Amino acid sequence: MKGRIHSIESFGTLDGPGVRMVVFMQGCPLRCKYCHNPDTWQVHGGEETSAEEIMAHFLKNRPFYTNGGITVSGGEPLLQVDFLIELFTLAKREGVHTCIDTSGATFHESERLDRLVELTDLVMLDLKHSDSAAHKELTGADNASILAFADFLAERNVPIWIRHVVVPTITDGEEHLLRLGEMIAKIKTARALDVLPYHTMGKEKYRALGMEYPLEGIPALPKDAAEKAKATILRGYRLAKRKNTQGE
Amino acid sequence: MTYNYPGWEGFEGGTWTKEIHIRSFIRHNYEPYDGNEDFLEGPTENTQKLWEQVCELFRKEREAGGVLDMDTDIISTITSHAPGYIDKDREKIVGLQTDKPLKRAFMPYGGIRTAERACTDHGYEIDPKLKEFFTVHRKTHNAGVFDVYTPEMRACRSSHIITGLPDAYGRGRIIGDYRRVALYGVDFLIRDKQEEKKTTRSAMYADIIQQREELAEQIRALEDLKKMALSYGFDISEPARDTKEAIQWLYFGYLAAIKEQNGAAMSLGRTATFLDVYAQRDLKNGKYTEAEIQEMVDHFIMKLRLVKFARTPEYNALFSGDPQWVTESIGGFGIDGRHMVTKMSYRYLHTLVNLGPSPEPNLTVLWSVNLPTNFKRYCARLSIETSSLQYENDDLMRFTHGDDYAIACCVSSMRIGKEMQFFGARANLAKCLLYAINGGVDEISHKQVGPEYRPITSEYLDYDEVMKKYRDMMTWLAGVYVNTLNVIHYMHDKYCYEKLQMALHDKEVTRWFATGIAGLSVVADSLSAIKYAKVRVIRDETGLAVDYEVEGDFPKFGNDDDRVDSIARDIVHEFMEAIRRNHTYRGSIPTTSILTITSNVVYGKATGSTPDGRKGGEAFAPGANPMHRRDTNGAVASLSSVSKLPFIDAQDGISNTFSIIPGALGKEDRIFTGELDVDACGGACSTPTLFAGLDEN
Repeated sequence: MKGRIHSIESFGTLDGPGVRMVVFMQGCPLRCKYCHNPDTWQVHGGEETSAEEIMAHFLKNRPFYTNGGITVSGGEPLLQVDFLIELFTLAKREGVHTCIDTSGATFHESERLDRLVELTDLVMLDLKHSDSAAHKELTGADNASILAFADFLAERNVPIWIRHVVVPTITDGEEHLLRLGEMIAKIKTARALDVLPYHTMGKEKYRALGMEYPLEGIPALPKDAAEKAKATILRGYRLAKRKNTQGE
Repeated sequence: MTYNYPGWEGFEGGTWTKEIHIRSFIRHNYEPYDGNEDFLEGPTENTQKLWEQVCELFRKEREAGGVLDMDTDIISTITSHAPGYIDKDREKIVGLQTDKPLKRAFMPYGGIRTAERACTDHGYEIDPKLKEFFTVHRKTHNAGVFDVYTPEMRACRSSHIITGLPDAYGRGRIIGDYRRVALYGVDFLIRDKQEEKKTTRSAMYADIIQQREELAEQIRALEDLKKMALSYGFDISEPARDTKEAIQWLYFGYLAAIKEQNGAAMSLGRTATFLDVYAQRDLKNGKYTEAEIQEMVDHFIMKLRLVKFARTPEYNALFSGDPQWVTESIGGFGIDGRHMVTKMSYRYLHTLVNLGPSPEPNLTVLWSVNLPTNFKRYCARLSIETSSLQYENDDLMRFTHGDDYAIACCVSSMRIGKEMQFFGARANLAKCLLYAINGGVDEISHKQVGPEYRPITSEYLDYDEVMKKYRDMMTWLAGVYVNTLNVIHYMHDKYCYEKLQMALHDKEVTRWFATGIAGLSVVADSLSAIKYAKVRVIRDETGLAVDYEVEGDFPKFGNDDDRVDSIARDIVHEFMEAIRRNHTYRGSIPTTSILTITSNVVYGKATGSTPDGRKGGEAFAPGANPMHRRDTNGAVASLSSVSKLPFIDAQDGISNTFSIIPGALGKEDRIFTGELDVDACGGACSTPTLFAGLDEN
């Protein structure tokens, strides 16, 4: 079958371990205000490409990917579960490391998802806000399904890397960051935390698409502020862990 | 017979004790180093003080508009200047091109007008007597070339379909085996050259007469080398006895070359692992400490950073700046399966830390998939910290050049002391395509430059018709191009012979006839547009095609798309075949390169609009790079396209200029690993990303 692909980055170094081929899938149910890929939102756009074509491309350049693998990102890749099953089946047949970069927003328990998760080596899960109402305000949906998805993955022992974008005035509050740490502490298979500073490089795309930029006026977050936010999240994480241990 | 010298004590013997054979010396004596960089030493106080002074000189040079001082009345030769110093008491390694640091020497043998202009453009006037001498009494390389050029060659030159020709400046790209000076001492080398002269053929055909004259020149140059060293207080007639002498002897060899020649690339060779043999011996004997050896290396590299030539603004535009291409090749593998990384490889690279980043000397790592991991990590780290390293594929080049080759300039590989090249600038294949369409009429000057073949008159370009005409035009271009170079190299040998550099070569050298290609990705994309989209020709009132309109999309070079990548590959092959069909000077072997690293802007400026949608005057992509912003699938796809170009047809090198912000090479080490108290990926999450891409084979 064919998947709807927005684009392919052949030299991805930030979306999972090693040098990776990153397949950006078309279509996303969320409308995150800081999204820098609004061109991936439309479900019907993109180019229809088969899993075989993508795999053939990957294998041809395999020497570049010795320590890496394939990451599907988006858009929201989990909108196309059947396609991912096909792609990852081919990948696992060749022993290729597989990773899904997702918000988990579309989560419903299903046999198909079970099947996909079996074929997945790593999930990069984007936690967008610790407060459900604020999450809805920021992305258009609450965070319940995302947290449920995290539990689902943890039960199946899938390693998770947590990602979080820190946006000035929206997700940089201390209370929120500590709570986020607490949330992460509950995810048993969380292995790493990647805190990304909000940047304004998406602006140009909005202009090109004739769309209004939702975060007009909010400045990019300096790198050191992201580091600080990360330390706060980790503080929340450790506090929660300690509490849990004492409780046991 | 087997020779022996005090300087050789403790070395393992081999062929090198019977004849000049540096490779044999290295194979028998070097020790591969698998460890990490922890042994390295920081700069000594001496080094810091000295470097401060050099930086101050660089600052003054910048403030003075790029040139601090120039000679106007001394013709630079190996022995023309009294010794020069930065700060004599602090310098462990001595020797400057002139009597003062950063004072540029006057070198008229390539061409008096260029030498004069290099001065006047910086506000200096040359001695009128010298001008008269080199205009009336002593012919230069440049004068010789223009006596012989045909009108067609001149037309090609002024229309820039052939550009950057070394017909008014030194051709460079020759690497003397400077290591020979250290290992054998100059007397040995002189005796060897005398023996070579004794054993030439005796029937005096022109080639033998030339050879005997050149050998006489070489011997004279070696005598001068000794004199120059002696003026600094060193007798280098005998082999060097320790690390300090080895570096100093070797540097004197190189210094003599740059006193004599202002070549377009004056590369150093592959000296680190050679010198490490001396360093290992001295460390074992307790003669020098690691800090002392690093100090010598730092001072040596400092000297290489001071290398400067008098050049014209046009030259600097062509090469984007004022490069000397003091290229040093580091690492690589031996054909016996041992890697050639030594502690000295680290010490050379470490100068980027001790003295700070610098484009010169051009430290080039001969990369192999199997290099020791510690060394790869160190290189990657330095690349991130200093952006000063160049990488080349040893696994590819070792196959044809063995394990004692070095890079001249940026990518030209040659066996040291055994091969040299005739540097040949580049033919502009994008312009050639326009000539094919316009029947040899230049799209900018409207002059008939190429042969008056029938132009294309249709409104839309037809792929088969264009290709047929393009092949004919390439055949013509290859002919003029090769013959122009034949003239140039004949005259360079005659009037501007590199006697010292060639004295550090074997008698029978292999000569590469190095042509070059500019505008490859423009041509590939243009032909792809003609084949896969529709290209409408826009003609001016004289009927000349001056612009093109592309209707629809087409595959573009740099996206790992075979439809266009195969066009690029075929063009390289066909042009090379056309080159090969011509006679080349002195039995040289034709090669080509795709490496306009620095002159892509100049070439683009001189070329009208092309059928890929590039507008007239817009820069070409450098080297074999895809055109700007046309590679949309990331670096691996882009590199894959480039790697499809046939090395066998472009043995002088294919370059791909690849910039990446360190952040895009992966997260800093500290971000992922183990932060949630769980070692997620065996501690290997971030750093390996630096290597995987480079391991492409």
